Amino acid sequence: MKPYIREQKTFDQETCPQFPTFEAGYLVGGNGDWRSYRPVLDTEACVGCLNCYLYCPDGAIAPDEAAEVGSRGAVLIDYDFCKGCGICAKQCKVGALTMEEEPR
Amino acid sequence: MSTEFLSGDEAFAEGVRLARPDVISAYPITPQTVVVERLSEMVADGSLDATYLHVESEHSALSAAIGASTTGVRTFTATSSQGLLYMAEGLTYASGGGFPIVMMNANRSTALPWNIYGDQRDALSLLDHGWIQAYAVDAQEALDLALMAYRIAEDERVMTPFMVNLDGFALTHTYETVEVPTQEDADRFLPPYQTTNRFDLEHPVSIGFSAGPDTNDIFKYREHERMMQVFDVLPQAEEEFAEVFGRRYPGVVDPYRCDDAEFVIITLGTVAGLVHDVVDRLREAGTKVGCLRLRYLRPFPTEALVEALDDAKAVAVLEKDISFGHTGTVFADVSTALQGAHLDLEAYNFIGGLGGRDINAADIETIFTTLQRGDTDTLHFLGMGA
Repeated sequence: MKPYIREQKTFDQETCPQFPTFEAGYLVGGNGDWRSYRPVLDTEACVGCLNCYLYCPDGAIAPDEAAEVGSRGAVLIDYDFCKGCGICAKQCKVGALTMEEEPR
Repeated sequence: MSTEFLSGDEAFAEGVRLARPDVISAYPITPQTVVVERLSEMVADGSLDATYLHVESEHSALSAAIGASTTGVRTFTATSSQGLLYMAEGLTYASGGGFPIVMMNANRSTALPWNIYGDQRDALSLLDHGWIQAYAVDAQEALDLALMAYRIAEDERVMTPFMVNLDGFALTHTYETVEVPTQEDADRFLPPYQTTNRFDLEHPVSIGFSAGPDTNDIFKYREHERMMQVFDVLPQAEEEFAEVFGRRYPGVVDPYRCDDAEFVIITLGTVAGLVHDVVDRLREAGTKVGCLRLRYLRPFPTEALVEALDDAKAVAVLEKDISFGHTGTVFADVSTALQGAHLDLEAYNFIGGLGGRDINAADIETIFTTLQRGDTDTLHFLGMGA
């Protein structure tokens, strides 16, 4: 299940908490905003083997629960958590994942 | 209450027992060892209901204490010298995070040359790490500071860790008669620790998040403000302490015969007892001398110090510490306070007692003589002919 992410909090002198302790579930910054390249899935080439799901070190790729197991393009990439490491693209045996430069 | 014959370390352990810490995390190092030995015995024999963590280093000792404190429980650790320096990274985590851990530090020389005896370079070199720092003069004050430390540190206005310093050997290993309060009285003075700055299954929080350039200064400003709250919180706490235990403490500084004193030695820790003796002798001979003991080094007692030096013509800061390439650290802080108050007096710095070297009455008389006649040099090293 994709984690629930709330919008980023910003503090000023009045709203800043006394200590660096705050209600859980907020991110101090977009969690993938330093990514230089993003994996892009070619759903026609994907055979649904889920290798990328198994290899992703950050749990940013998940099986598409709405799709039939083993069907083409059956994975979802969570770009809120993907750091752009490229492991998924490297290990994809059918070349369905390519790393594309993030627009700056 | 009972009267016991205890060393400074043993007295402090009694104070910690009376404070009822939930978690004790410590690594033994001379001359602190006796404190943690006594506490482990108390946990073993059931006279102290606490979790005692045997850790593999001082860095782990403080890290574990911080972890325990994030669960909202009262924690204690103790160290000395290189052990304190090894803890240094964790000090700012505890202070910045608002974790009111209490630590006893046995003041001891820092390497090299290797030396296990007392001086104050260990703690004074870490004044900037956000911990309240107090220095005890005798075993009774050491025990009492154990209770006071929790009371001040855990006050919701302060929420700042507290380091109680005991001069290595001169205090940690010297036996004196000490009044040990009853648990009932200790409980009257020190309520259980309560905080919202903790992990809680019902209200999940993220503790110790990062804060970038846009907000980091706000947190640091608040940390400073919390520390400064000690000036407001301490007088009330000491008043209640006197009501419960019958012993009255004088606040952030301890002035001795300073009222009309023209020549004052400003110092900290156990050597103040010797200075008092010399002051009494010189007073009998008609010299207007006094002693001002700094009980707290953080927050720095600027206002109380300036007030006590009303009639002073010359002062000497006597400390067991040198910030190589400058002066003693305490002298630097005192000078800042004097400059801010625009006091018209001569200020000198005497470095002594390094690595446990004894400071004797003749040394104190030399300092007072220097104050009376004046000197071209500000910085002096006792016994070095400098």
